[in-house]
Amino acid sequence: MILKFLVKRALLSLITLAILSLLVFLGGQLLPGDVGRAVLGPLADARSVAAFNHQMGVDRPLPVQYWDWISHFVTGDMGRSFTFRAPVAPFIADALRNSLKLAALAFVLVVPLGIAGGVLAALRAGRWTDRAIVLLGQSLGIVPEFISSIVLILIFGVWLRWLPMSADWPEGSGALTQVRYLLLPALPPVLIFFGYIARVARVGTIEALNADYTRTAILKGLAWPTVLRRHVLRNALLPTITVTASLIGYLTGGLVVVETLFHYRGIGALIYSAAKAKDFPMLEAGVLTVGAIYAIASVLADLVSAALNPRLRAGGS
Amino acid sequence: MKDATAPVDALRIEHLEVLYRVGQRERRVVTDLSLGIRPGESYGLVGESGCGKSTVALAAIRYLARNGRVSAGRILVDGRDLMRLSGGELRRLRARSVSMVYQDPARALNPTLRIGLQLAEVFEITEGLKGTVARERVAEMLARVQIPSPARVMSNYPHELSGGMQQRVIIAMALASDPALLILDEPTTGLDATVEAEVLDLIGRLRAELGTSVLFISHSLAVIGRMCERIGVLYAGELVEEGASEEILRDPRHPYTVALLRCVPSYGRRKDQGRLETIPGFLPTPGTSQGRCVFADRCGNATDRCRAEAPPVLAQAGRLGMRLARCFYPDRALQLPHTTGSGAPAAATATPREAVPLLRARNLSKTYQVAGRAFKAVDGIAIDLWPGETLGLVGESGSGKSSLAKLLLGLSAPDAGSAVELAGEPLNALAADRTQSQRKALQIVFQNPGLALNRSQSVRRLIQRSLRLLKLPRARREARLRELTASVRLTERHLRERPRQLSGGLQQRVSIARAFAGGPRLVVCDEPTSALDVSVQAAILNLLADLQVEQRVSYLFISHDLNVIQYLSDRVAVLYLGRVLEIGPTAAVFAGPHHPYTAALLSANPSLDGGAGGRVRLQGEVPSPLDPPSGCVFQTRCPRKIGRICEEREPALLAAAEGHAIRCHIPAAELMPAAALMSNSNELRENR
Amino acid sequence: MNDSAAAVTPSAPSAAAETLRIALRSRTLLIGLAILLFWIACALLGQRMTPLDPYADDLLTTLAPPSAAHWFGTDQLGRDVFSRVIIGARDILIVAPLATLLGTVLGTVIGLGIGYFRGVLDDVVSRIIEALQALPLVIVALMMLAAVGTSNATVVLVIGFVFTPLIARTVRAATLNEVDLDYVAAARLRGDGPLAIMFIEVLPNVLPVALVEMTVRLGYAIFFVASLSFIGFGIQPPSADWGIAIAENYSLIGSYWWTVLFDAGATASLIIGVNLVADGLNSVFEP
Repeated sequence: MILKFLVKRALLSLITLAILSLLVFLGGQLLPGDVGRAVLGPLADARSVAAFNHQMGVDRPLPVQYWDWISHFVTGDMGRSFTFRAPVAPFIADALRNSLKLAALAFVLVVPLGIAGGVLAALRAGRWTDRAIVLLGQSLGIVPEFISSIVLILIFGVWLRWLPMSADWPEGSGALTQVRYLLLPALPPVLIFFGYIARVARVGTIEALNADYTRTAILKGLAWPTVLRRHVLRNALLPTITVTASLIGYLTGGLVVVETLFHYRGIGALIYSAAKAKDFPMLEAGVLTVGAIYAIASVLADLVSAALNPRLRAGGS
Repeated sequence: MKDATAPVDALRIEHLEVLYRVGQRERRVVTDLSLGIRPGESYGLVGESGCGKSTVALAAIRYLARNGRVSAGRILVDGRDLMRLSGGELRRLRARSVSMVYQDPARALNPTLRIGLQLAEVFEITEGLKGTVARERVAEMLARVQIPSPARVMSNYPHELSGGMQQRVIIAMALASDPALLILDEPTTGLDATVEAEVLDLIGRLRAELGTSVLFISHSLAVIGRMCERIGVLYAGELVEEGASEEILRDPRHPYTVALLRCVPSYGRRKDQGRLETIPGFLPTPGTSQGRCVFADRCGNATDRCRAEAPPVLAQAGRLGMRLARCFYPDRALQLPHTTGSGAPAAATATPREAVPLLRARNLSKTYQVAGRAFKAVDGIAIDLWPGETLGLVGESGSGKSSLAKLLLGLSAPDAGSAVELAGEPLNALAADRTQSQRKALQIVFQNPGLALNRSQSVRRLIQRSLRLLKLPRARREARLRELTASVRLTERHLRERPRQLSGGLQQRVSIARAFAGGPRLVVCDEPTSALDVSVQAAILNLLADLQVEQRVSYLFISHDLNVIQYLSDRVAVLYLGRVLEIGPTAAVFAGPHHPYTAALLSANPSLDGGAGGRVRLQGEVPSPLDPPSGCVFQTRCPRKIGRICEEREPALLAAAEGHAIRCHIPAAELMPAAALMSNSNELRENR
Repeated sequence: MNDSAAAVTPSAPSAAAETLRIALRSRTLLIGLAILLFWIACALLGQRMTPLDPYADDLLTTLAPPSAAHWFGTDQLGRDVFSRVIIGARDILIVAPLATLLGTVLGTVIGLGIGYFRGVLDDVVSRIIEALQALPLVIVALMMLAAVGTSNATVVLVIGFVFTPLIARTVRAATLNEVDLDYVAAARLRGDGPLAIMFIEVLPNVLPVALVEMTVRLGYAIFFVASLSFIGFGIQPPSADWGIAIAENYSLIGSYWWTVLFDAGATASLIIGVNLVADGLNSVFEP
């Protein structure tokens, strides 16, 4: 039963990825209009532009280009970078590895904190603990990453000198050292998403607390900790699991500003530099990779949801 | 566990007062309520919506909402003072002495835990049992509530069970701890009639076995009358009358009880025998009737004294102890003036049959696809509807009555081969493809007016948009709007409001006005009064009957309430799994001989007068339409099943008498009329 | 038969007036509105509000700390930071609201359409929306801006485009709920066509949802535009926009904190203001 569910979900994800690849491709090939012109600039002469287009293969019919690109992509050949004149794949692989490390650290910090905050707020709903947590989450959530990064660098890097200001650790450092270097860049997304996770957990918990089945459990005479553990939390955390998929996607590929500020060679920074240089193959590969990470994360999240909520296992409610 | 030695009341409430904080103010929702339930006794608390009955139930288990509190009085459960208990003592009380069963069983079960575990919890708390021992007790309990294959059900999740089964599980959980008091709050509302009957029987039987006291809360006098020995009538938070069931129902002593009983269409009552009674006026805001009788404004017997002084609770001798009435003049109650004005009966509808039926449907089918499998909601139905008549449609869930209505109206497209004609002209399948005059002719009144009226539009706008069907010039439109408004007894003031600001009854009037805006010839009424209180229902039914006479419309009247169907319909069709099992004049269908399913439905109908006699029990549950039984669709549950022929061949709709057809292999002469069943075991009495 | 008298709850003079009255009672709403109005005034009046000329270089007093003459100090070219902060509000207060409006209008129309028609249209468009949601907004924006070039106009279009799926998803969910309700069936039965049903019957009920989304998105739009400006893909120099100012000056932050802090504070205050307004409106529509 679970296997069938897994297969079905994986197939749906593949369809989503296929559509995404199409959109990404169109974004990179169609939007710029004339790719060569976009890359070389308005001052280059027509012949150089035409030569560039021919060399890069962008003057072929679109379906041919798409098929060529996607069929190579799935086997690991992500094309050649305009800027570096070298295969794109190794850059992506390195950058992805780095970003996943940062994402893992941020995830491990924000999810437990967010859930704890949200559940606590729900248990004390309406009282000042609740309002304080919600307010804290909201206030932290609206400060743009570039501002919080700068402030954090100022406090922990410049004034207190507790943590390094850029995330380039010496070659061959151990895990603990790497964490120390990654802690500062991990904080801005943690601050931003704490409020979001806490809000979702809070709403889920409040709904579970008000549900009829909780009333049944209480009126059976069960002790409160048991009610909480067995009846409330199992149902309360389901919505939170759903949002973790997009959280993982964002933490992996969306930390453009943070990676840039901390000089961290993650995939966000890679995409950014590719965008600046109009290196479309690199750009497309990076974006599609981030999409793939999200797709995998959402399948995993659905699996966990189905494990907790039997109604989902049959493939519908 | 019950204490067998000292016969203390299972529940004793003394002068209870409950307040709710709404916004900045506190409202008194229950005033000076006193009642006592003896060990083993069954007590029914009855009242319309907003009377406070659920509040009483919640207070008795100390589970009021956060904004509610008990401001005066005492509650003693099994001899313990509820408000004085500590947290731990309260928990123990809830575990062992009192249990509660609510209305919506699906939501009362944790969707992520298996049934077996949820039931085992009760044994875990009361007897400290775990593991195999607990599982054995669970299986025992499930068998006791007549759940088939308990072992399999134990490993099911709640959503895998039907509504009836879910409620049985809840009852099992409630009685597993053998409590002194069982509180039931509308436990069967929302269940099909036959399922409801089974569940009520079950409750009655278990109660007799275990000797549990019962507090049964419902809006239905019939159900309460059937299940309870004593009744308390609640109005606007005050107990206005109390006594033995038979006394209250046959010989009431409070004007409200009298009025309430008169509102309910009793068994056998028909529209040409007279209009239904209603209760004029409206429910007072809770807590505003201090120092006067709470019912005075709506009471036909009220004197100035009633409006100036709060009446005392007068006690008189009764069959089961004292009977009480909160009234100055209890002996005048039965002389309450009738409210049907001149008492003119709704005109008899014996219309001469015209040559062409207004609506003719042949071979009407609708197949839905669910998860790759097909099921027929409606299967080859043929129906004729004549001008000016009311055809009642009866059936439980899965019968296809709503689907049928949608097909006729053009809200969904029937399968190929179906043919529907309006006054001789063929109708296109979907409303969008029909002519404007055809659309004008077929309209609907929905069940839930709150959802059927666009909440962002004013009443005036709502009706005006439907008036566009008529394409009138400006001047005439306004006049027509006024006519319509008056015909449904609404006033100018109502036109300005949004639906949300009107009561349920008023909303339904707006819905009716909208349906009649274009001058329809057929109006489908889809459970139009199911969501309304009894007193309001009577007014709406009267209105529908009046409009039918004034405007010469036909009705396709869908309802699960057999008494209402009998009151309003000229002919009745009984549906089961998308097929018509019986169709004919109302009197004939109800009196018999009739189809075994009809017999079961009639016997399941809880009626105030004891109804149609003994119970016809049905086996099992309604089969899933995805997997209909072979041959006759009813054969899996039929108590009169002959044998193989029922499994192999579907019976044809055969005429039993003039205009009366039954789909059964048993010839009509051998199908017993309902009256003959009365001589059989009369299980009604046993269950009290 | 008269259940008419007490059956009607006392009605307000009109729904709009009632909403306005509740709205004005919300403190969060008022504070937020105050902040917002201040910055809008700055954007509109621009130089007429500044004490000094924000474009005037003064190479003699570069990087001067806050003083009586220059309340917020001066920057690398000797320009008055206070005045620059005031006029820095203009571009972001044009770009962000326009982008949000574009996204809301498009998203609402699309959401209504697919929610009403369902079927193949809904399947295809929902899949596309799902696919787009797999990506963090910032990298979609980067990719599009790399393709079409960066200017105020393209930023409005790209951010509007990026918001559209989010709003469409919410509006679609609300529409699906409405379309199931019986009043829509009643409208079909009297011959109302799809356009009439979508825009006359359903839209008024779905609009509150869309409006709340819009105010929330506006806060995010400001956040987003500021971040994009910081990394050079948003508002372009030589605007006095806050994001650009922070980007130009943050390497100086150790010793010359005033060149960055006030712009950061202004950004934060604007975002807070918009969020307070969004919260206030939220509590009005869903008490």
